Parts: sequence; C-alpha cells; structure tokens
Amino acid sequence: MFEEYTLAIIFVSLMGFSILLYAVLDGFDLGVGILLPLDQTDNADTMIASIGPFWDANETWLVLAIGLLLIAFPAAHSYIFKELYLPTAILLISLVLRGVAFDFRAKAAFSHKPTWNRVFKGGSLVASLSQGYMLGMYVMGFESTLAAYSFSLLSAFGVAAAYSYIGACWLIMKTEGELQIQAVAWAQKTALVCFIGVISVSLVNPLINPNVYDKWFSLPNAFIILPLPFICFALFIFSFIQLKQLPKVNDKGCWRPFVAAVVIFTLCFFGLAFSFFPYIVPNKLTIWETASAPESLNFVLWGTIIVVPVIFSYTAFSYRVFWGKVRELRYH
Amino acid sequence: MLETLMLSRIQFAANISFHILFPTITIALSWFLFYFKLRFDQTGDPVWMRAYRFWVKIFALTFAIGVVTGITMSFQFGTNWPKFMETVGNIAGPLLGYEVLTAFFLEAGFLGIMLFGMNRVSARIHTLSTLIVAFGTSLSSFWILALNSWMQTPQGHEMRDGVAYPVDWFAIIFNPSFPYKLSHMLVASGLTAAFLVAGISAYRLLKGDDKKAPKLTLKIALTVAAILAPTQIFLGDMHGLNTLEHQPQKIAAMEGIWHTEKGAPLLLFALPDEEQKTNHFEIAIPKMASFILTHDLDGEIKGLNEFEGNHPPVAPVFFAFRIMVGLGMLMLAIAWLSRFILWRKNQLSPWLLKTLVVMSFSGWIATLAGWYVTEIGRQPWLVTGILTVKDAATDIAPENVGITLTLYLVLYVVIMVAYLHTIFTMAGRAIEIEEISIDEQVKPVINTSKNTVEG
Repeated sequence: MFEEYTLAIIFVSLMGFSILLYAVLDGFDLGVGILLPLDQTDNADTMIASIGPFWDANETWLVLAIGLLLIAFPAAHSYIFKELYLPTAILLISLVLRGVAFDFRAKAAFSHKPTWNRVFKGGSLVASLSQGYMLGMYVMGFESTLAAYSFSLLSAFGVAAAYSYIGACWLIMKTEGELQIQAVAWAQKTALVCFIGVISVSLVNPLINPNVYDKWFSLPNAFIILPLPFICFALFIFSFIQLKQLPKVNDKGCWRPFVAAVVIFTLCFFGLAFSFFPYIVPNKLTIWETASAPESLNFVLWGTIIVVPVIFSYTAFSYRVFWGKVRELRYH
Repeated sequence: MLETLMLSRIQFAANISFHILFPTITIALSWFLFYFKLRFDQTGDPVWMRAYRFWVKIFALTFAIGVVTGITMSFQFGTNWPKFMETVGNIAGPLLGYEVLTAFFLEAGFLGIMLFGMNRVSARIHTLSTLIVAFGTSLSSFWILALNSWMQTPQGHEMRDGVAYPVDWFAIIFNPSFPYKLSHMLVASGLTAAFLVAGISAYRLLKGDDKKAPKLTLKIALTVAAILAPTQIFLGDMHGLNTLEHQPQKIAAMEGIWHTEKGAPLLLFALPDEEQKTNHFEIAIPKMASFILTHDLDGEIKGLNEFEGNHPPVAPVFFAFRIMVGLGMLMLAIAWLSRFILWRKNQLSPWLLKTLVVMSFSGWIATLAGWYVTEIGRQPWLVTGILTVKDAATDIAPENVGITLTLYLVLYVVIMVAYLHTIFTMAGRAIEIEEISIDEQVKPVINTSKNTVEG
C-alpha cells in the first residue's frame, strides 16, 4: 500500500503519460483528418486506410486520461471542465461527428461520401482547435481577459498545426508515391507553423506566469529544463533537413520525421508538465489537495500495474500486424 | 427558462439514452460474429463468411457510434454532477477506471485486427480477436452494471464527513441487485441483437435477396430470440423480487399501488393520478400482483403511502414498465411463432417477414423502457440513501447547459437518421453482391471481389 503523498504523484504521472500518448496517437490521426483532400481522389481513401485500424484505440487514451483525472483528482476534474464547459462540448461533438463520419463515409450510399469526407475533415479540425484552445485557457489559469483569449486562440492554431504536422509525418512513413510526396510538402508547411507555435508558447508561458518563470530560470532546475527548448530547436532543424531530402531511394529514413515529431511532442509535454507541477489547476489547486481516498487509489493502482503492460503488448501487436505501407483497407 | 438542474437531467438522460442504444446491440452482436467466424473455421462453408462479412460492417458502424457517444459521459460526471464524484467518487471512480483499463482498451485494441486484419493474421488469431472483442464488450457491461447497481443498492462502504469510503470491494461490486441487473441487461442485449439480425435478414429476403446467408442468419437469430425471450421474462421476475426486497417504493410505483394492500391486483392499464393518489380507468387482474411478487394470492405489498416524499414520480415508471413488459411478451410471441413456422415450412410468409422488419429495433425500445423504470424508479435518489439528484447538480449557468443540450439533441437526430438510413441501404445493397462463386468455395479466405464494400 502506498501512502497519500506518493499516490497523488503516481496518478498524476499516469495521467500525464496518458495525455502524452493521446496527443501523439490521436494527434496523428486527427492530423490526417485535417489534411484530408476533398477532391474525391484515391488519396483520401488511402489516408483514411492508414489510420483505420488505430483511431478507436487512440481515442481510448483520452478516455483513460479524463478517467484518471476523474478518479484520482475529482475536484480538479469538476473545476477544469466547468471552466471549459462550452469548449469541451464543442470538442465532444466534433469528436462524435468525426468518429461516425469515419464509418458512414465507407458505408453510406456512394453519393453521400463527399459529405461524410467533409464532416470527417471538419470534425478533425474543430476537435484539434478546441483541444488547443482548452490547453491555452488552462495555461492562462482560466482567466477571462483579452490576453487569455488571444493566447488560447494562438494555442488552438498551434495544436491544430502540430497535429497536422505529426499526421503528415505519419503519412510519409505509411504511404508511397505521389501521396508521399504530397505528405512531405504538407509536413514542411505545418512544421513551420508548429515551430512558431512552440516558440511563442515557450516565451509567453514563463512571461505571464511568475511561478513558471521562477521554475525555469532558477538553479538547479534550469540545468534540467533549459536544454529542452534547445533540443526541440535542434530536432526541428533536423526535421527540416530530412524533409528537404525525402523521399529517398528505397524509402530510406521515411520514419525519421515521425520519430522526431514524437520526441518534440514529448519534450513540449514535459516542459509544460514541469511548469505546473504540483498544481493540477494552475496556481489554484495542487494534486494533493484534490486527490481521492488512498484506499480507492490503491485499488485502482494494483489493477493498473497488471493491466497497463498487457495493454502495451497488444497495442504493439496491433501496430505490428498493420506494419509497413498501407494497403487498401476493407472489411475482408 | 428551465433551471440548470432540470436541463442537466434532460441532458444526461439524452446522452446516456442515446449512448446505450449502440452498446446494447454490439455487446451481443459481437458474440453472433464470433459464432459465425467459429462455424466458418470449423466447416469451411463460405455462407458463414458471407454472414460474418455483412454483419461485421454493421457491427463496426454501431461500435463506432457507441464509442464516440460514450466519451461524452466521462466529461459530464464532473461538469454537470460535481457532487456525485465528490460524494461517491471513491467508489464510482475505481469502477469506471477498471472499465476503461480492462474493457475499453481490450475492445479497441483488437477491433482493428477484427475489422481489417483478416488477411494479415492467421485465421486462428482473427477468430481469437473476434472473441476478445466480444469478451471486452461484455466485461465493459460488468463494470458499468456494478456501478449502476451499487448506486441502487449501495453496500461495502462507510460514510465519513459526508463522503463514501470503500471498505469491502467485493461487497461493493457484488451488491444485492448486481447479479440481477447484469444478467437482465446482457439478455436484453441478446434479444436486441437477435431481433435486429432477424429483422434485417427478413428485409433482405423481402427485397428478393434469395441467398443462403440471410436465410441462415434469420434462422439463427430466431432460435436465439426464442430461447432468450422466456429467459428474460424469468430473469425480470427474479429482478422484480430483488427490487421488492431492497427498493419497495420502486415496485409500488411500477405496480401503481398507492396504499399498502393485501391481494393487490395486477394493473394491465391505468392512469396514475399523483395528486389524488389514485388510479383512473383501471383494467386489472385481481390479486395477481400479490401472487407474482409474493407468490401468495393474499400477500401484502407496501404502497406508496409508506414512502411519503421518498418515492419516484409514478406515471413514468408505471408506463415504462408496461411498455417493457408488453414488448417482452410480444417479442416472445413473435419469436416462438416465427421459429415454429420456420421449422415446419422452412420459410416465412411475407407478412411475418414484414412483422420482423418492424420489430428490428424493438429491443431498443424495450431496453430503454427498462432503464427508465429502474433509473426513474430510483428517484429522488442518485445514490440510494446517500445522495439525491438535486444535491449533486452543478451551478453552471442554465443558458450554457441549454446550448449544449440543444447541440447534443440536433447531433443525435442527425446520427440516428444517418444510422437507420445506412443500415437499410446496406441491407438493400447486399443483393448486388454475387452469390458465392465456385473458386471462392475452394479458397474461402482470399478476398478478390472488387465490389466488396470497402472499409
């Protein structure tokens, strides 16, 4: 049995881990949705096929992340989502629309397919924008000021660009030929927007939050945390160079931009997590103030320790089954 | 303008009612699919693969709607019912957590292989994936019903400073109403899926789709329905006895018994009058309610007068109960009649096929009616004896809840229209898929037909 102090840290780490996995995994499939062309080409089908077997499991990480927040820090869950009531509803509705469009586009009468493609693209875009907006409001401590709203809008576009970027990188890895070349072009454009977004969030965050500023620029934290933006910067440069050269002969290195993007996502996530820890509602509530009873958390924890490795193994199995370039997707 | 409490209740009811429709189908439909796939592996008869291919598409669509509409639930607990988690979060949280960890990931993880992986993995792994998805959906209902039944008949916890703390997890999960609720819901799912499969197969036959697959699925579905319909009535009766013991006020509302009486009649129809505390236009079988509930013609049943201010609104519970039971009886009659005729004549007349088409989604109505009985019947409590619905509500501005409620309702109408339209389009289009060719019978797994509907 763990005691309260440790349990809160364990659960906030688990939750953070789920959020990160969600951002990477649903990030790429939302991104593919945003990039979907509406001109009825086969490319659209191939793009959808590349995410078909995964999107459902990817979205489950969101359910787990929100579930962990609800289970382990119920007061924070209710605080955060009451503040973000309307953006949350928009996120949910767009996720619902996008999810059903994915299935309807393939099964409805042929004449309805373009409509469902539009719904899928629009739903993916609005879901990404609203997630970015919610992140922005969270970072700004849910203030109702012009600055907070402007920052959240910026963040909305930043997250949509980041998802499009990792989606384009995913397509470079999973496709070939004309679509792959197109994906490289998408990746180059979105990488630039994403790059600007990351820089502006990194600058604004410590400037508006004195606590964050102290954390980033005081020793010994600075030694650990200040390299993060520089590694990020280097990775962006690396990706730009790679994207210039892709696609190469024999498709060498087609996975590099995607892996770099995953690392960038991870670093950004750690930067943000480090900025706010141990607050779960910025500057208002800490993880210890909002944690559930230790007997409940212990009960969940033992299950988690057993189940999560199993989840990882069959998730890995599923990715291995669908490894390599995407083939035409059909129900057998 | 309605107040936040009422709007939140309508919104939650709308969300959960819409959501539950789709799992109700997929929980049992996944077991149908597993059976089809297993029979194909055993016999190599391509008709089983035809059945699998057709129904796996409907499964995929239904499952997707179930998943995405379910996500809304995990947000609403915090936004609209903050006191729920504050008061019983120590119990509800872990049960929901285990559902996500053990069931959601299992289903979602193997769904991809089940839907798209047939040519990428061995037949055995594919059948196993189908089995795991089926198991995952049933496991999911295990956890959700554990939480729901705990809210009806809580035990295994202690209250400290107005907050529930777990003491005995085994007692919490296996609370008094749990086995009845779980089995009643699983069989409801079985009946819903059976009538859907029967109805859509009948629709295909009516459209002149004279192939082996729809005939086979019709027969299987009717067999399942003919077995499950009486089982469900038996389980429902057991469930009722359990409710009489633990939540007598719910039974009193279901039966429309205003005053405690011995030898209470079974009301087939009545108009309950909440103000005068009586019923109008009663059509009743004397002493029957006492007989069913106490197995004694003169048994005493407690009336609503014993639970003044602590019982649910009578009319919705009373009518929902009659809709559920009435549909259950109708399903039993239709299932037995159709299965009997199919056995004697090996085919069904057009009017019987049409009846089955009409009954395609009858399971939905019966299941919803059943849930309304049990959930409205719990009022005014959210968690019996611990927290009322009123005390759990949020303080969000009513305008905001009004906006989101409107958006959800519009969304649900659109999805429902598209869903029904698509299912019947798919059923109508199945006729274009050619009858099994000779070479396919030799190599049943390989898929080369260009006109298979892509994913």
